[in-house]
Amino acid sequence: MKNKQHMPLFHVAKRASIKWYYAFLIRAAAILLALVAAGIITTVLTGLNPFKVFGALFTGAFGSKRKLWVLLRDIAVMLCIAIALTPAYKMRFWNIGGEGQVLIGALAAALTMILLGNVVPHAVLILIMTAASVLAGAVWGVIPALFKAKWNTNETLFTLMMNYVATQITAFFIIIFEVPKGAGQIGIINQSTNAGWFPALFGNQYLLTILIVLILTVMIFFYLKYSKHGYEISVVGESERTARYIGIKVERVIIRTMALSGAICGIAGLLLVGGINHTITTSLVGGRGFTAVMVAWLAKFNPFTMIATSFLIVFMQNGAGEISTAFGLNKAFSDIITGIILFFIIACEFFINYRIVWNRRERKEEM
Amino acid sequence: MSGGLGGFFAAFFTFIVSFFPRAVMQGIPLLAGSTGETITEKSGHLNLGIPGIMYVGGISGVIGAFFYENSLHGAEPNNFLILFIPFMACLLGSLLMGLIYSLLTVTFRANQNVAGLALTTFGVGFGNFFGGSLIKLVDTEIPSIALSLTSSHFRQSLPFAEKLGWFGKMFLSYGFVAYLVIVLAFTAAFVIKRTRVGLNLRAVGENPATADAAGINVNCYKYIATALGSMIAGLGGLYYVMDYANGVWSNDAFGDRGWLAIALVIFTVWKPNVSVFASILFGGLYILNNYLPTGTNLAIKELYNMIPYVVTLIVLIISSMKKKRENQPPQSLGLPYFREDR
Repeated sequence: MKNKQHMPLFHVAKRASIKWYYAFLIRAAAILLALVAAGIITTVLTGLNPFKVFGALFTGAFGSKRKLWVLLRDIAVMLCIAIALTPAYKMRFWNIGGEGQVLIGALAAALTMILLGNVVPHAVLILIMTAASVLAGAVWGVIPALFKAKWNTNETLFTLMMNYVATQITAFFIIIFEVPKGAGQIGIINQSTNAGWFPALFGNQYLLTILIVLILTVMIFFYLKYSKHGYEISVVGESERTARYIGIKVERVIIRTMALSGAICGIAGLLLVGGINHTITTSLVGGRGFTAVMVAWLAKFNPFTMIATSFLIVFMQNGAGEISTAFGLNKAFSDIITGIILFFIIACEFFINYRIVWNRRERKEEM
Repeated sequence: MSGGLGGFFAAFFTFIVSFFPRAVMQGIPLLAGSTGETITEKSGHLNLGIPGIMYVGGISGVIGAFFYENSLHGAEPNNFLILFIPFMACLLGSLLMGLIYSLLTVTFRANQNVAGLALTTFGVGFGNFFGGSLIKLVDTEIPSIALSLTSSHFRQSLPFAEKLGWFGKMFLSYGFVAYLVIVLAFTAAFVIKRTRVGLNLRAVGENPATADAAGINVNCYKYIATALGSMIAGLGGLYYVMDYANGVWSNDAFGDRGWLAIALVIFTVWKPNVSVFASILFGGLYILNNYLPTGTNLAIKELYNMIPYVVTLIVLIISSMKKKRENQPPQSLGLPYFREDR
């Protein structure tokens, strides 16, 4: 009898740890490969010179002072949603309802602006708007958390559905308050009085928004890293049983964390309405609630790393947007490029967490 | 018998005969998506890339049909090729998407939610990009592509359907993809519930370590379930363009149907045979706002659109409250499997 033994060429083993520069190198290589792949695909699809296209990417993102501010503004919004989702993810609560939580916060701000715009002084109005947005976002976050805590209802699917409920509620109010009647949209709110609009700092409309997000980022970092709550969140995330064993009230942590997560999403909505757009549409969030999931995950849920990852994603999106106008391509081109880059970065995590061990071929000695 | 009551029933009957086929046509893409997603989820993979995959399925079919129609130069099309080329293009496109997803989540063990969302970003972008490019190629004023020739072949129903009056209209008036999707849904339900392969598939989704120990090739099952699921979901996109939309592709027209298909999976508690009926119900709910008497109050219509999602939420909550074993999501749904992990 032949004793044939199959020997695979390699096997995969989990890494115990990885040196930071090695992990950094892998990620950098992945981004580089992704750019090469994106370049090749651009050439194949459009027949354009990929270097020219990448040049346009940079001018699209940094080209003028205005574009730079727009870039910073978009990074701030993306970062805000990403840090909002982070506490929940640290707890392994897969909240993909950022889209809805931001939108409902934005709706609360917009409704406050419409209803109280000419009733209360500006400063008071902004305070009420903030309270309304935070509350609306928190409620939208707490609803799935309640069911998760009580009946272990699948939160991914729950939060996903809540997005569309939020969209339809927004659509409902847009028609109620449409200007003019029958237009199907609200238009710029308080155009003449600017009531509820965030003030410009040093003559810049977006600076306040950016500063608020930066402060929030620092706060969330310390909250997660150094507070008792943050510790409880990470224990619940690592092992619910351990958390129960050491006397953490898991249900309370889940509900409290989702309230916080939703509340910060609400703030993102507030910034979108009060600080940036001054109007509300159902596509106001524009998929950023989903993209922020990837931004937060790519940063390994570290708020400061998220500045870099949201920069990467927003830079690609804004830059690719410029490519589409400069070369007469479709706007959706930026989604394709973003998708490709995400695929590469997602795949490269494998090489950070695992290593491939090549099996030496041993000489067949015995029969 | 009062004439009023009889008149009411007659009106109601006419309404059903006109409403039901529309609900079915809305429902078929959802059914395809949910059947594909159910098969994938049974292997333990929550594929949030389904909306993107359905876009790619649709646009791949459109690309195939576009180049075939343009290669004809006015000649008579081959009755087989005009169906076969878009159909295979659709399957190929969605298969590739499924393979990207399984490469990332099975082989590279990436987070499923992140990989799925990236796939949706990519897929929707892909659909809109090629849609936009083809629209430019044909150089018309209208921002859409009309493939009426291919569509008329896809919409071809049985020749005797029209002779059968209301029965024919309600049950026999659809294109072949609709029947194919329904057959696939019933087959999937049967295979999952009643066969050895289905048992193995469920074992992989519930507890891959046990399945592995029992000698089931876990990764092979995951790959095939994802690839097959993606191809079936892609057919939903094809049906939408060629049948429902009369061969007209316009960007973003497919909308949020992909997410609704994922909702349908929960609504039907992972049973594709239930999904055949539930998708028609969802299809009906999707277009209900066009039929309900809202008068001048258009805002209420937007709230009606919420119904499918709210109903899904209620089902999700009730099934989690009841904790009935067979109505739960697959236990390892969303978790990567690595043999050496303990």
